[in-house]
Order: sequence, then C-alpha cells, then structure tokens
Amino acid sequence: MSTLTLRETPPERLDFLNINPLALSRLSQAEAERLEVGTTRTGVRLGDCFSVSLDGSDTLTIAGGHERLDRVGASLSEGAIRVTGDVGQRLGEGMAGGSLTVTGHAGPYAGAGATGGTITVDGDAGDYAGGAVYAAKAGLDGATLIIRGTAGAHLGDRMRRGIILAGRAGAYAGSRMIAGTLAALAVGDHPGYGMRRGTLLLGSHGRLSPTFVETGTHDLVFLRLLGKTLAGLSAEHAALLDRPLRRYSGDLATIAKGEIWVAS
Amino acid sequence: MSELSLNGIPIVDTFAEAFDVAGTAIVVTNDTAKWAMIAATTMTGFATSVIGCGAEAGIDAVLGPEETPDGRPGVRILLFGFEPNGLKEQLIKRVGQCILTCPGTACFAGVDGPNKIKLGGAIRYFGDGFAIAKRLPDASGKARRYWRIPVMDGEFLCEDSVRAVDGAVGGGNLLFLGRTHSETLIVAEAAVEAAKAVPGAILPFPGGIVRSGSKVGGRTKGMMASTNDAYCPTLKGRAGSALPADCGVVLEIVIDALTSQGVSDSMRAGLHAATEIGAKHGLIAVTAGNYGGNLGRHHYHLRDLLARDDVKTEG
Repeated sequence: MSTLTLRETPPERLDFLNINPLALSRLSQAEAERLEVGTTRTGVRLGDCFSVSLDGSDTLTIAGGHERLDRVGASLSEGAIRVTGDVGQRLGEGMAGGSLTVTGHAGPYAGAGATGGTITVDGDAGDYAGGAVYAAKAGLDGATLIIRGTAGAHLGDRMRRGIILAGRAGAYAGSRMIAGTLAALAVGDHPGYGMRRGTLLLGSHGRLSPTFVETGTHDLVFLRLLGKTLAGLSAEHAALLDRPLRRYSGDLATIAKGEIWVAS
Repeated sequence: MSELSLNGIPIVDTFAEAFDVAGTAIVVTNDTAKWAMIAATTMTGFATSVIGCGAEAGIDAVLGPEETPDGRPGVRILLFGFEPNGLKEQLIKRVGQCILTCPGTACFAGVDGPNKIKLGGAIRYFGDGFAIAKRLPDASGKARRYWRIPVMDGEFLCEDSVRAVDGAVGGGNLLFLGRTHSETLIVAEAAVEAAKAVPGAILPFPGGIVRSGSKVGGRTKGMMASTNDAYCPTLKGRAGSALPADCGVVLEIVIDALTSQGVSDSMRAGLHAATEIGAKHGLIAVTAGNYGGNLGRHHYHLRDLLARDDVKTEG
C-alpha cells in the first residue's frame, strides 16, 4: 500500500487530479515527489506537503486529509484510494472505477460526473454532491456515491445514472434529475424539483413541490430489486422499503417520469 | 435387429441426428408459484415444432424464491428457433402476448450468452411513452437494465435484453418400440421424467412425447415433413417398414438443449429410465431417428449412451 502522509497545511488549494495508484506505480519516489499539484504560479509539488512512500500497489492511502485537497480520486479507474481526513471540492469527479473512501468530510460536487466505482464519504458532503458542475451535462453518471453523514443542498442535481445514498440531505435533493436512484433517510424542501426521470426513496422530506402527484401505495417488483441492491450497500436505507411507501409522480413541470417513494 | 442391449432391451445401433439452433432462456416470476406456472405454460403453448410453430419451447425448471432475481417463485423457460432473428420474433411475441398479459408477472434473462436479444426494450412500446427504464446492479454487481411498463395491475417489469447462446442443439430423440399403447406410454413417460430433469434441456412435445414422428418431405408437393411411415405400425409389412412384426406402437421423445452435452445427457437419462422398466412393459427395442447423417451435424449414437456415467440430473 502506497502512502502519502500530510506534513503541513497546504499553502494553497491542491489539485489531485493526477494522483492515483496506477499513475504512482509507474513513478519513482523522486518523480512522484516532483509532481505538480499546486493551483497557482508558486508551483507547489507533491513532496512539498506530503511524505511519499510508494510500493507499486493498487492501493493508496492519503494519511491526513485537508479541505484544500481538490479532485481527489478524480482520475481513478481502478484500485483504491483511502483518505483519512477531509477533502475539498470535486471528490472523484469523473471517476471511472475503483474504490474511493474519505473518513472525514467532503466539499461540494463530490462524485460529479463519476461514471463508475464507489465513492464513500463517512462524514458530511457539501452542496451538489453527485451533481453537475458548471456547464456539465450531467451529475453522477453511473457510479455509486455513499454519504454516511449529511449532504448539502442539490444532492444529485442533474444526475443521470447510478446510485446515491445519503444519511440526510438539504433542499432540492434530486433536482433536475435525468435518471438514476437516490435514497436518503431525510431530505429538506422540494425534493425532485424539476426531475425528468429517476427514483427518490426518502424516509422523510420537507415541503413537496405542487407539481408532484400522489399515486398511492404499490407493491411493485421494482421495489424488490431496489431492496436487494440497497441491502448490499446500506441496511439502514434498505430498511426504508420494509414499510409501506407512498409514491409521488413528477415533476409534472417536466416529462414527469420521475418518482418519489416516501415511507409512510 | 441389434447386438446392443441395455437392461435386457435391444438397442438399435443407430444415432439421433440433431441440428444447430438458436436458443435462449428467460425467467418468469410471479407472486405465487401457481401464477408463474400459468404464465410459463401459456407462453410455451403451441411450441412443439419449429417447423409449424415458429419455435420450440418448454419449461426447464421451477425456481424457488431464492433462485430468482426478485425473490419470488419463478419458472425458467427455454426457447429455440431456427435462427436468431426468428427466435427474437417468437420471443417478443410470446412474452408480449403471454407474459405481459398475465397478472403479476415479471420477466428476466435466464442465461448468459454472446448474442443480445432486445426484449424489454421492444415490449416497452406497449407503455405508450410512459415506460421507465431502470438500471440496477444484480447480486454479482453487474448492472442490469429493466423496463417498467405501466399496466392495469401496477407495472410489468421486463429485462431490457436477454441473451442467446451459441451451441444450442435441437432434435435429439429416442424412439420406443412397444407392443401396446398404454404400456409404451408408461415407458415413454418414464423416459420424459428422466430426460427433462437434465438442466438446460426441454422436451417440447405434449407431455414430452410425440406420436407423429416425421420424415423430411413427402409425396404431396410442398410438404416440408410428413409421417415417418417406416415407424407406423399400420404400415408394417410394406417395403421400407422398420418395425418388427410384434411391434404395435412407437412413441418418440424429442430433446432440445442449450448445449450439445445437454442433449447427450438428456438422451442418456431417458434411455436408461426407459429400459429400466421396459421389460415389464413390453418394450421391444429403442432406436433413434436420423436423416442419414447429411442434414444435422450432431449425431448422438445410442451405443455411446449405454454407459451410465456422465448423467447429470437435478437434485
């Protein structure tokens, strides 16, 4: 297991786009330490802030995270990255595969555009987790994003594919959703605002937009499949399906192929 | 007639001639085993011969809730056609008319294979634009895409595509030459029970048994197949009859399977089961149907099936 150990607070925001186990396995320790990770003209290099220990394996531990570490795991396609501590914005942005775990909190846009793999945040995540960054067509796009704490507003904004699980989330969870599945134990106001397709499974929610219409309770085969999927990810979220669920269809302001399932 | 024998029953030293076919499997589930079986029985009706029915189909296995994707009772159905396009057409028609219409059913792919057949992706148009696609990982983590089609009892859930296998074989067969109809039927029934217990093999004819074995062509112009006159007891004594004087009835079992090994195993199981009770029920001999070996590339020689080993049955 390769390890990057944070020695001091980064002097500026660092971009970890190119830091992943596969890339590091091709480098010597000296080469890795010279990798540019700074985002200003000062030219901060990896070795300036981190002690580097490489063994060529497909697992990388970043010991000592910081909220200035941006795009951690963004280029991950295989292997695993584990961060003990916090990370900055765009955790796992565009990630294609592998496993990415953060024991602390994540900044905004975690999992934006990620097409594969599993991203787990043990703490909280900022706004637009699993959402679309500026000018992007879609948010989460096939990956699995698990936020065990609380996610900010606009969780899963314009997500297109994949699964998001969150403990709690702010307002506008699943806003403008294109497709995919989002489950949370509780969310704020206006879940599914402007959603076109997709599924929201909620323990509770704030105010619901008037453009959602209740269709009643249904015993659908789809819920059985969803239950099996969730059981492998989070027993707490899978348990939402044990109770009778009310189904709301919407958003009628769009094509209305989305649905919100709410535990009764 | 033959120097071969099994359990004291003469076995004609010949072979069954079988053909490459396109084959697929689906799993149909329902809230109860009863309704899963109703759906499966309906879908596999009128599917005895690919020549006249467009497909050959049968129930391969009854599945418990722990064996199905949605945790409900289910049935695994096998469907065979001459070629992939014909198989696709029959599959869509039969699922559309018999599974979609049956209360409570859902439909899943039942086999992995190299050839994709769009199923739910075709039937979804019944949803008139209200159908919803859903992609979820299965137990192995592989993403599967489903279509949820609104229907009057809720939703019909159908997997977007199923798979057709390479190497499916249709037309394995055994002919049981007996003395009386009732006794020979008992022998054939025993063979059916053993043969269909082999996973991945079905016997598409009524009860697994066919009494109207056919030959290629006929004396009437345009006939693709006609009665196998060599094995008709009322035509004994004529030139070309293959029946001994004491034979009063011939019943045949026909076997399709997803693999050539499945046909072989199923024929072997049927042969042994029939001969085990054959002496008690007046079984005169067992033979097999072929067309001289020039039409089908799969030849199952009965002499190779006499050994009991390699029989793979369920349970």
